[in-house]
Order: sequence, then structure tokens, then C-alpha cells
Amino acid sequence: MSKYTLSINGRSRSVEAAPETPLLWVLRDSLSLLGTKFGCGIGQCGACTIHLNGVPTRACMTPVSTVGRKQVTTIEGLDPQGEHPLQRAWKELDVPQCGYCQAGQIMTAAVLLKENPRPSDEDIDGAMAGNLCRCGTYLRIRKGIHRAAELAAADKKLRK
Amino acid sequence: MNAPDLASAGRRNFLRQSALASGGLVLGFYLNGTTQAVERLEKPAAGGAGFKPNAFIRIGHDGVVTLVSKQPEIGQGIKTSLPTVIAEELEVSWKDVRIVQGDLDPAYGRQSAGGSTSTPTNYEDFRRLGAAARLMLVEAAARSWKVPVGECFAGDSAVHHRPSKRRLGYGQLVDAAAALPVPDPKNVQVKDPKDFKLLGKRIGGVDNHQVVTGQPLFGIDTQLPGMLYAVYEKSPVFGGKVRSANLDAIKALPGVKDAFVIAGTDELRGLLPGVAIVAESTWAAWSARKQLQVDWDEGRFANQSWAGFVAEAQRLSGQAGGTVLRRDGDVGAALAGAAKTVEAAYSYPFISHASFEPQNCTAHYKDGVLELWAPTQNPAAGQELVTATLGIPKDKIVLHVTRSGGGFGRRLSADYIVEAAAIAQRVNAPVKLTWTREDDLRHDHFRPAGFHFLRGGVDAKGKLVAWHNHFVTFANPVTRDGKTSLVPGSGGSLSGDEFPGRWIDNCLLEQSAIECGVPMGPWRAPGSCVFAWVFHSFIDELAHAAGRDPLEFRLDILGDKAIVAGTGERGTPYDVSRMRQVLLHVAEKAGWGKKKFPKGQGQGIAFHFSHRGYIAQVAEVTVAKDGTLKVDRVVVATDIGAQIVNLSGAENQVEGSVVDGLGTLMFPELNIERGRIVQGNFNEYPLIRIADAPPKIEVHFVKTDYPVTGLGEPALPPLAPAVCNAIFAATGKRVRQFPLSRTDLRWG
Repeated sequence: MSKYTLSINGRSRSVEAAPETPLLWVLRDSLSLLGTKFGCGIGQCGACTIHLNGVPTRACMTPVSTVGRKQVTTIEGLDPQGEHPLQRAWKELDVPQCGYCQAGQIMTAAVLLKENPRPSDEDIDGAMAGNLCRCGTYLRIRKGIHRAAELAAADKKLRK
Repeated sequence: MNAPDLASAGRRNFLRQSALASGGLVLGFYLNGTTQAVERLEKPAAGGAGFKPNAFIRIGHDGVVTLVSKQPEIGQGIKTSLPTVIAEELEVSWKDVRIVQGDLDPAYGRQSAGGSTSTPTNYEDFRRLGAAARLMLVEAAARSWKVPVGECFAGDSAVHHRPSKRRLGYGQLVDAAAALPVPDPKNVQVKDPKDFKLLGKRIGGVDNHQVVTGQPLFGIDTQLPGMLYAVYEKSPVFGGKVRSANLDAIKALPGVKDAFVIAGTDELRGLLPGVAIVAESTWAAWSARKQLQVDWDEGRFANQSWAGFVAEAQRLSGQAGGTVLRRDGDVGAALAGAAKTVEAAYSYPFISHASFEPQNCTAHYKDGVLELWAPTQNPAAGQELVTATLGIPKDKIVLHVTRSGGGFGRRLSADYIVEAAAIAQRVNAPVKLTWTREDDLRHDHFRPAGFHFLRGGVDAKGKLVAWHNHFVTFANPVTRDGKTSLVPGSGGSLSGDEFPGRWIDNCLLEQSAIECGVPMGPWRAPGSCVFAWVFHSFIDELAHAAGRDPLEFRLDILGDKAIVAGTGERGTPYDVSRMRQVLLHVAEKAGWGKKKFPKGQGQGIAFHFSHRGYIAQVAEVTVAKDGTLKVDRVVVATDIGAQIVNLSGAENQVEGSVVDGLGTLMFPELNIERGRIVQGNFNEYPLIRIADAPPKIEVHFVKTDYPVTGLGEPALPPLAPAVCNAIFAATGKRVRQFPLSRTDLRWG
């Protein structure tokens, strides 16, 4: 066991874990941040997507020893009020069915929107290719990302 | 798990709460002794009784209306939709409603979310429960105003006096209403559907905010003070038993608290023998497992393989079926006299449910009481299996129902629950068992594989006159009362009434079963999910052989009878007029036969009746010259009765069924070698991804006067045949095997 000080959702958190422990299990078991989900353990499904310094990353494939001083953002920290445009759009369009994959979907989509504020369907399909939804809510995920893009644009206008 | 509601419910003998620094509210419930330990709404809540006319409704003095969702939520939206039915009749504003998930409790009646039955079996009762409560509130207000009840009406969480325009909120009426006798729900008048304010509207899922902000909801999110973590290694060969394991070495590994063998039982769907490792964290348990060495007695299924099953099915197809399910007329003579005959073999493999949240269960065994937290579709099955296997009496088992990350039929089984219970019996702490994805894909209760050997004939006028199917299915040995018999897997038995049986003068349906160790269970729309594809594909073959339009050929088979009665044991009356209506509706909406498609594009049509729903679909596809399939558009016409409960939820279920149906056609298959499932994770067992989802799914609900029925399953079966028939229209290539990758679709 080793001791690690991680920066998670803007807070400094200390944990003890074996160096190879995936960040996913540190988040879930040690820190009770349960929004990041286990789906496959081999980076195939995207349920565990988090941001490492703003880059969408599979927490199940990220040993805690490699995180260092990088900023970790989980679904719990995506927006302080839980009102990120994607979160609002997801509720407005009633995207989830079982909901298990949706945190990962939103975390991946958040980076897409940051880099490409008005993505096309093709852009969305490309960016979201690594996130599985077993219930098949893909049409609503597409619509939700388009709607979030609109909401984000409206927010920006309002701030100006 | 709605933490504040559960906390305020109070009155448990021991209730411990710990809000962890991380922000997740973690609740632990500890029960003293036995009894009806599960909290119910009838019991007074802390701080005043409130108004509790039945087990499902509680109105507090603050006007908050708490409704119990009795059915497990697995993504089908029932936690939102069924309480809406009560709220509608109760005339309560949706913003005033809080919903709590009901734990397993006889007060709620049947709590199984399977067979698309939650809506049809509860809809009318729930209306009456809400209406009865509304009548009591109106009565209470009328008495307090000393006015006739007829001058009062309920609306927006309040009772209104029409002449004086006075108003009393429900919270103000709680005590007076609680003092009134509860009317017999059978005798109360429900609302006229034209006055519905909530039913039929789009209402978002009640857990959506928690879902999109990552709050703990699912079984796997359960955390209890002092909790340990477990994995469970089972024999890779079905039916295998533990001879020995390197337990001492495992126990010495970091973080490991214990490791032990569980003898289990011989039931393929019961408590399988295996080795449990209990550790301080999930990762410690999983890491230790990598060092685990088990010597297995692999048992009698160790030589089974998919290749062997295929050969055996071929052999069986050459002889008469083991069982005759239906024999009408003389199929041999009809085929001999037919103008054209077609012969084809269709097959599909075993597949997993691959519910996204892997199987897991948290258990705590203390002082003879077992407390369980389980993502389950059927909590009573969990309780029953634990009692039958471990001998813990039912009244000493408390089962908390969590949200499930997908069900698809997988969580009707209770194997993972009994495993957690058996482990908890050996551990002096709460313990969470979490399956890996490999455990989940390889130790499923799989959708039965099947082979259909079909022959059909049409006469000179192009009418279907003969249909012969020899269905080769799979059966598990099942022991009951000391006797072992072979039982086909759920969804692995063909009904003699399955369409087009009952409609054809010369029809022979036969079934043979191959014994296998592969445990089988219900997979979303059991039977229907594959039969619809086989039969509507073969009907399409016959339509083309007859040179007839596939829609017109189908309408001709259906005929003009209003209702075709069921004949067999499982025979359900089939309302032909309802099916004709959705079929014609979908054809019109899709522009069937009106479009000219270039080579490589085409339309296909199919329909299916299952789970009380009548569904027809048209798919439009493009097949590139290199064989790549793109489904461009799917049009769905659905008749599930007089009322859509939640329009958003209903459309979501249909869209999901279409995507699930397409994914299952395109990708998954499990190979079996030396008695083991070969594929272990999503790299070898692909699921459909976003780019393959049809860009357009058009959902049409055809309203009829029939009872309201469910939508978790019936929209899935027609998708695969509609797509495969469209592929044929586009390319002339007939898909006769699942998955699609087995068929070369290249053309030109």
C-alpha cells in the first residue's frame, strides 16, 4: 500500500492504495464517489469515463500511481450545481433508461462540446464511439448533445 | 434509494446514517430480530402519522405526497410511470410527489418486473387506489366546510369548493382524511380519460437528476459501514465442482480477509459451487483472484461445444421431432402439391444479457437475520432461492430493491443473490459481491440458442398452403422432488399457436431438444425475440417465391377473422383486426411500396404479437457494395391499448427495443468449447455502438379501446425480420443466421 494525494473535483484527497489499483476503484471504494461506474475493466465501454486534466480517460485503466498531480474530474464534479448544459439537456429530453452508462456518456460529451461547441451527428458518433449504452438510448444521446450545445450557446450569450 | 425519504420514514429498530465526507449519503439499516422489518407506509412516520389510505400513498402535513414504486426499476421507467397513475387519480400536482422504491414486502403484492406485466397488472388497481384517496380528501374538506360533497372537487393537490371558491390543500386535510373509513377501491369511480392531466404526457424519469449527477442509486453503489468486498470464482465448465483450491496462499495476500469454498448445489441456475474471496476492497479481492488456483471436477458437460451442438441439430433435423406441437391437415401432401416450395434452415447462438451493471448484491447476516440489497427484477425469487438453498426462513430475510443498471430478464434470476447470501453467512460484516464483466458474460442464464428447419409451400395463386418447422432447441436437466427431467430454456419452447400456426391449413410444428449444461433464462421477449425473426424471414422468402408483395402476402395470411382463438396450453387469443390495423398503419407511414429504391437499398416489413402488444415495423436499409449495413429508418406502429401512460417513456422503450433488436441481430454470439463460454468481455462480445443506431426511429401509437398493456418487450421482436427482409430487398441476400457477420452481404 502506498499513500497518494489526488486532486479530485478541485479538492485534495488522500488515499492509501496499492499502486496498480485502478483510479475507478479508488474513487468508488475509498472515496465513495460512486457516480463513476464499472462496466468492463478493459476500456471498452466508457462507463468509467472521467477527465484527467480535461482529457476523457478510462478510470478502469488508470493506475492510481500514474495520476500524480493531474486534475481529476468525475461526474460529481462536472458542475457544482449539477446543471451543466448536458445534465440539463439529459433531463429535458429524458435521455436515460437504466441510467448506468449516462455518467460516462456525459463526461465524454462534455469534452466534445468543449472542443467542438456545435458538433454534427458525425462528430457526435465519432466522439461517442467508445461509450456503450446497453438500453439503446443513442438517439436521445445524439439529441441531448445537440440540445446541450444550444443551451451552452444561450448561456454564453447571457453572460456577454 | 431515496435517502431523505427512507431516513424520515424512521421507526426502524436501529437506523444508522453516515454522511461520508465525500458527499455520498450512505444508509445502513440494521434490524433487530425478525418480523416485518421492511419499512412500509402504513407505519406512522416520525413526526406525525400523515394520511395513509393504503400501502402506496402517504400524504404529510407539509402536503408532500409520497408514493411507493412497488415494481423494480430496471430502465423500463416503471418507477416514474406507475406512480403517475396514482397521482393522476389523486389529482396531485407532480411537483408535490416524491417516489420511494418499495422493498420486498407482501403488502405490495406481486413485485416482479418481467413479461411486460407491470403496467397491465397494476394500471386499473392503481387508478382505484388514487381515486379512493381522492374521495376521502374531498369528503374531509366537505365536512370541514359543512357543504355537500357534490359542491367540491379535487385538483392541483387541493380540494376546492366550487360555489365559494374556497380551497384546502391536501396537507391541511391529512388528519381529517385519516379519520375517515377507506372506501372499497372496487367501488370508486375513476376519472374519464379525457380529463387526464398527467397520463399520456411526457414526464421525465424521477431519478434522472441523480443519474446525471452521479448520485448512488444502483445495487453496485451500496455502501455500508464496515463493509467488505467479495468475488466468487465458479467453474468455467457448467456443472463443475471444486476439488481443491490454494486457499492458504490466497488468504495471505494483501487486503484479503478470508477465502473459502462454497459447496453449492447441482442446480445449474441455483447456488453454483465456487471459491469466495473476501477482501478490504473490490480491487484487493479481484487482484487476489488472479492468484487463485482451483482444481475443478468439470463434470459431465466438459465435452460440449457449439460445433457439437450444430452437428447434433443437423442430425436431429433428419428425423421426426421429439414432440409434435401442432398438426393441421397433411403437410407432406400439401408440399408435394404446392406450385412452389422453399426449404431453409435458420439458427441463432446463445447470447448473454450483458446488462450494463454487472450482477452484484450486498448482504449482511447478523443474529440470524439476512439483509440484502439487490439490483433485481424479481426480489421474491431472491428470497425464495435463499430460503430453499441456505435454509434461512423467509421472515428472517429483508430484501432492499435498488435500481438496476439494465435487466433484460437477467435479474429475474437470483443466482447472484444467493451467492452473496452464502458468502455473508461466513463473514462477520456486511459484504458486497461484485461480478466482473467476464463473470457476467460467462455465467449468465443465457438466451437459448436454436435451429429451425423449415419447409413451406405456396399454391398456383401464390397462397401459403403448407408450413413445416422442425425446431431444435436446448434443454437443461432440472431436478424437482428427486426426479430429474429435461426442461427447455425459457424462451426455448415453441408454442403450437405461434404465428403462423393457427392460420395455415397444413401445418406441422415439431420440436426436439439437445441436453446441455449451458444454463438458460428469459432474455427480453423470450422466444419472441428470435421466433419473430425466423418466421417473418421465412414468410418473406415464401412471398418472394410466390412473386407477391410481402405486405399483401402477410395480410392474406392473417385473413379477415376478427379473433383467432388460442388452442394449446399457452394459446392466447390473437386479435387479427388489431394486427391488421398496425400493419396497415405502419405501411402507410413508411410509404410501403411507394418508393423506388436503387440496388443496395430497400424496405422490409414484419409484425409480431407478444406481451399483449400488437407491433408492426418497416425498416429501410442501405447495404454498401462491401456489405456494410446501415439502417436508415425504422417506422413502428404499436397497439398497446387505450392509454399510453408516459409518452416519453413509451417512445424511449420503443427506440431502445429497436436499437437492442438491431444490436442483437448484428453482433453478439457466444462460442462454446470444452464446456466453456469462450468470449469474456466486450472486446470479444461486441454490443451496438452509437454510429450503428438508426438515425430515424418513428414511433406511432395506435390507440384502441383495449386494456392498457406493457412496452418493455413487444417492440423488439419485429425489428430483426424487418431489417433482414429489407436487406433481401436491397441485395437479394437472405440472412438465415444470427449474428449478421455470418452472412456475406457484399454485392455488385
